Amino acid sequence: MASSNDSSKYSLKRPRNLATLLSIIVPGLGQMYNRRFLKGIFLFIIATSFLITTWDFLDIGIWGLFTLGTIPREHHSVQLLIQGLISVIVLLFGIAIYLFNIKDARSDAVAKENGKPNPGLLKGFTNFYNDGFPYFMILPGLIMLIFIVVLPLAFMIGIAFTDYTQYNAPPRNLLSWVGFDNFIDLFSLDIWKNTFINVFTWTIVWTVVATTLQIVLGLFLALLVNDKRIKFKRTIRTVLILPWAVPAFVSILIFSALFNPTFGAINRDILSQFNLIIPWLSDPFWAKVAIIMIQTWLGFPFVFALFTGVLQSVPADMYEAADVDGGTRWQKLKFITMPHLLFATAPLLIMQYAQNFNNFNIIYLFNEGDPAVRGQNAGGTDILISWVYKLTFETNNYNMAAAITIIMGLMISIFAFFQFRKTAAFKEEGRY
Amino acid sequence: MAMKQKTKSKIEVTFIYLFFLLMFIVIAYPLLWTVMMSINPGSNMLVTQLFPKNPTLEHYKWLFTSPNSDYLTWYKNSLGVAIANSLGSIVLTSLIAYAFSRFKFVGRKYGLYMFLLLQMFPVLMGMVALYILLTTIGLNDSLVGLTLIYLGGQIPFNAWLVKGYLDTIPKELDEAAKIDGAGHLRIFWTIILPLAKPILAVVALFNFMAPFMDFLLPKIVLTSPEKYTLALGLYNFINDQFSTNFTQFAAGSILIAVPIALVFLLLQKYLIGGLTAGATKG
Repeated sequence: MASSNDSSKYSLKRPRNLATLLSIIVPGLGQMYNRRFLKGIFLFIIATSFLITTWDFLDIGIWGLFTLGTIPREHHSVQLLIQGLISVIVLLFGIAIYLFNIKDARSDAVAKENGKPNPGLLKGFTNFYNDGFPYFMILPGLIMLIFIVVLPLAFMIGIAFTDYTQYNAPPRNLLSWVGFDNFIDLFSLDIWKNTFINVFTWTIVWTVVATTLQIVLGLFLALLVNDKRIKFKRTIRTVLILPWAVPAFVSILIFSALFNPTFGAINRDILSQFNLIIPWLSDPFWAKVAIIMIQTWLGFPFVFALFTGVLQSVPADMYEAADVDGGTRWQKLKFITMPHLLFATAPLLIMQYAQNFNNFNIIYLFNEGDPAVRGQNAGGTDILISWVYKLTFETNNYNMAAAITIIMGLMISIFAFFQFRKTAAFKEEGRY
Repeated sequence: MAMKQKTKSKIEVTFIYLFFLLMFIVIAYPLLWTVMMSINPGSNMLVTQLFPKNPTLEHYKWLFTSPNSDYLTWYKNSLGVAIANSLGSIVLTSLIAYAFSRFKFVGRKYGLYMFLLLQMFPVLMGMVALYILLTTIGLNDSLVGLTLIYLGGQIPFNAWLVKGYLDTIPKELDEAAKIDGAGHLRIFWTIILPLAKPILAVVALFNFMAPFMDFLLPKIVLTSPEKYTLALGLYNFINDQFSTNFTQFAAGSILIAVPIALVFLLLQKYLIGGLTAGATKG
């Protein structure tokens, strides 16, 4: 019994298997076999026109993706790489349509086997509209996302495995795939290794210290303003949020002027009272201190506003219950306030760390990553992303810039991992 | 004992106020300093004073009237990009968010994961590629190219934000409309959109302000001064001869910062609400 069932499972005598097979061989054929001619012809036309219009493009694209061109000056490696990536995307779309065609033929055949009549023309269109509706809604955004976000990222990953530099650039030269050579150089050549280690450690220190400071200050202020004994809450809140409201590039440039050692007000008007002159811009240590202080100034209002919003939603009866039990202020903070705050804001706080990790603006606008440091090709305050910027636009070390970006991407993925775990969204999935 | 408690509390409150005072000074000082710079006569930073003896509005006048100043052109460029960006982003994200919030379809879950992951990767990380891509297809130095990048880059974050908000709109409303014979588009247009106005306003505002505040993308994309946006133009103002143009830079910055700050302070309540709702309720 069981064995005969098995053999008939794949038997071509069953309409569902035959329809599937026919659709695999020629898209649309299975639908025609199901006597759904209009849909079959439609799919067939789509499939053939897809092949006819994209064949040459795909052919060159895939060839280019593997070889990156063979004749210097005639073949442009970068254009070939882009065409190759676009070909892969187009091909994926094609495969998606093809798979849909197969699945559709099979499910129609199954419906027929179960004795359901073929839906009429109007009903067929309605079904198509209903099932396809979400895809139509997403399509414009998806196309933009693919070409503006995904394609550049894929292209960047590709570049990291080529030898694309200022001295080896198309159309004069052909690029070639070099495997992991760029990464090996990054960790073995002295100049790259030293720079990478310095920039990397500073990036980590910067991310942790600056972000933690802004969170702690924001939290502290939010708790203080929330105190029952404090008056003028609205005014205080408005003033505390001001640094967030002023465009960051304006405030950073202003701070850069304020910290300027010769004409900046901090040295000239304030520190000179105590006979102090601090080289804020030319000494790496003091430049780092200044940048961290500025970021704290810029970043705490967001955290403050966030916590203030959440604090107002902590139910008052929890505190009353704690009072009855004789809980101290510290205990209330630790067991009621903090869990509440962190539960609601954890994903946003993780985002803060991720943002500072990639906070190009402050590094570049404050001091362009300077001061220069002997024996490395990045400045003293450069973090990874500003170093990548310099490698791209100042020294045209595209391959190295891309390789470092990949390492940054891996780091970001760690943040993303925690983000996924903390985001409640997926726990609530399945409501619809 | 009670007396002691009261004095202790009073001392505490005094310290809290003192701390606020300190924060006020730290916040206000750079802002006040900028305002004072902008009304200092002359342009040499070495002779500027925190409270100038004879304040002047000459720098504001210079921005708008001097033939050497491109300020109005930059303002126009930024405004154009900002309007296109805020309208385009509403259309794109509301469509996506509606699909993800109300329909079950193949690839939905992976789509959500993709948005969450991509919003961690700023467009900036692809800057090597973007720069080469734009030069290869000839869209560098164009405001259209810049707008397209903004529009594409904002999708993951904002689609997520709006989807989170739409999830809070009861599904019974759509179902009632469906029973009355309304189609998907009609439900979207007459039920979802009006109810989603607050979050869409936030998205529109975000994307309207972004081109005024962003500096790096314009710097990568735009090369000719008549296409600069405000942030890039002002940066180049002081970048060449820092100490000599600073008073004009200060005046130009204040004219951007004041309207943005005002709108921002008025709307920050919605902003926070939207962020926490989007992040936690998802």
